[in-house]
Amino acid sequence: MIEGAKWRRWVYFYIPITLFLVFLLFPFYWMVITTIRPDGELYRPWNAPNYAPFWTWNPTFDHIRLLFEETLFATWLWNTMLIAFVSTVISLVCGIFAGYALSRLNFPFAGSLGTGIFITYLVPQTLLFIPLADIIRNFRLGDTPWSLILTYPTFLIPFCTWLMMGYFKAIPKELEECARIDGASRLQAMLYIILPVAVPGILSAGIFAFTLSWNEFIYALVFMSSSEQKTVPVGVVSELIRGDVFYWGPLMAGALLGSIPVAIAYSFFVEHYVAGLTGSVKG
Amino acid sequence: MAIAQATIVLPAKSRTRLLEDERWLAFALLVPTAVLLGLFIAYPFVNGIWLSVTDTRVGVPGEFVGLKNFYKVWNDSIFRVAVWNTCWYTLVTTVFKLSLGLWLAMLLNRSFKGKAFTRAFILLPFIIPTVLSTFAWKWMFDPTFSVLNWMLFQIGFITKRVNWLGDPDLALVSVMVVNIWRGVPFYAITLLAGLQTISPELNEAAAIDGARPWQRFWHITWPLLLPVTMVVTLFSVIQTFADFQLVYVLTGGGPANATHLFATYAYQLGVGTGLLSEGAAISLAMFPILFLVVIVQLLYIRRVEVR
Repeated sequence: MIEGAKWRRWVYFYIPITLFLVFLLFPFYWMVITTIRPDGELYRPWNAPNYAPFWTWNPTFDHIRLLFEETLFATWLWNTMLIAFVSTVISLVCGIFAGYALSRLNFPFAGSLGTGIFITYLVPQTLLFIPLADIIRNFRLGDTPWSLILTYPTFLIPFCTWLMMGYFKAIPKELEECARIDGASRLQAMLYIILPVAVPGILSAGIFAFTLSWNEFIYALVFMSSSEQKTVPVGVVSELIRGDVFYWGPLMAGALLGSIPVAIAYSFFVEHYVAGLTGSVKG
Repeated sequence: MAIAQATIVLPAKSRTRLLEDERWLAFALLVPTAVLLGLFIAYPFVNGIWLSVTDTRVGVPGEFVGLKNFYKVWNDSIFRVAVWNTCWYTLVTTVFKLSLGLWLAMLLNRSFKGKAFTRAFILLPFIIPTVLSTFAWKWMFDPTFSVLNWMLFQIGFITKRVNWLGDPDLALVSVMVVNIWRGVPFYAITLLAGLQTISPELNEAAAIDGARPWQRFWHITWPLLLPVTMVVTLFSVIQTFADFQLVYVLTGGGPANATHLFATYAYQLGVGTGLLSEGAAISLAMFPILFLVVIVQLLYIRRVEVR
């Protein structure tokens, strides 16, 4: 803690942290207030008299209603949820298997395979989206949820593997060896002894992977074309802007409601999320 | 040890016996990962190189044209602007994200009331889908109804409105602000994890010896934090260099192609106008620089591990 006079504590701690909080959280406040503000108040010039931008006395749910009645927002939410969930499960299973193999088993080329997976972890989606779109078209997966369910694991598996390797390495080998002496096969030892101990790691990898796939944009933008297949980010971008006209009320409502599921998932697992985030870079 | 055990276990079925062999089990466990990564990373990578040396368009299978696309792209003035923008964008935002993130991490490393709460809320910009939160910024940057203009006007900083995204000189700065906003929590939380591994006794001992706070930071905290800082920065540089969403939503590359990055320009050519081969060439042009960063990162991690 800061020693010395009270003003020092204000200057060196309270004021900076308040400014950080305002800077980081203001856009969300602005999202909320725009969502419930009627259009008449929304589109007033910024220098109009009696303009109180930070509050409204006439809250309305019109924007949210428009979102659900005139767009396929509910479908987009469902699509995003389904795709994020399934691709997270696939990535977790692959990541646990690969992480176990790379951290516990001796086999030729283990080291170079580990490096290879680490490199794919660093490949950004924007490097491959054009040839990948071509491949998705050739596989006839375009405009189906499968195109995303199968491609999202490409950036989730490396991360899950990386995180699980760290967790498996920390579990003492003796634990497994005891089970093997009692007659368990290798696979049984992994499934019944090691996995339960690694549950915190699995949760961290899972929650982090879920938020990453909820956030993904460019693949969904390029692979999905019909309205009822879109995910929330793509739907909001492509259907709530007509030409040059931005429907700001519904847009902000969509942004807010599209963020809530992932925010709820996050709030339940904050500690696991932070462990996943810090684990993702520490290695 | 392992081999001795494997022979003790009674052979029940040949399939389970295969899985008792370390190499076969490893193979079986790695197959799903290898198939997915091979099909959707390695194959598109090769396909991308092939596309970039043909003249493929959407619906028109191309023929081999050599390095013509790269030559064409190199002489494209918009591409040069995009290269310059990407480098500048990465450099400036990284400096700000690192310094602000480190500052925030140091603030959070103290014990105060509501710390867990504050930390949870600070991560929100990083959790919320980028496209959605970027729309909130676009609305705040709106030329006519900008709340930022209103605030600056009330304080007395400006007298006429600022066109945040419409002015070619200002647009890239506005995009940078949003990138910094989104990146600071990531730096802060990961650096905080690094700070928490540094024993407070070191700082206390130095304080007793009469070291000023700034000296303590420079001679104790910074060197001990350097490995974490390096890795976090390299990760973030890769993500920033390959950024797409922010520019796509905020400016779409405009005004007058002034804010294109590699990825947005590749999208505009490859998907927007259907010139698949040129788009692939632009995307691939990112590769050498990303490759360099990855190599630095691998060497650095290996060096730290050896120590």
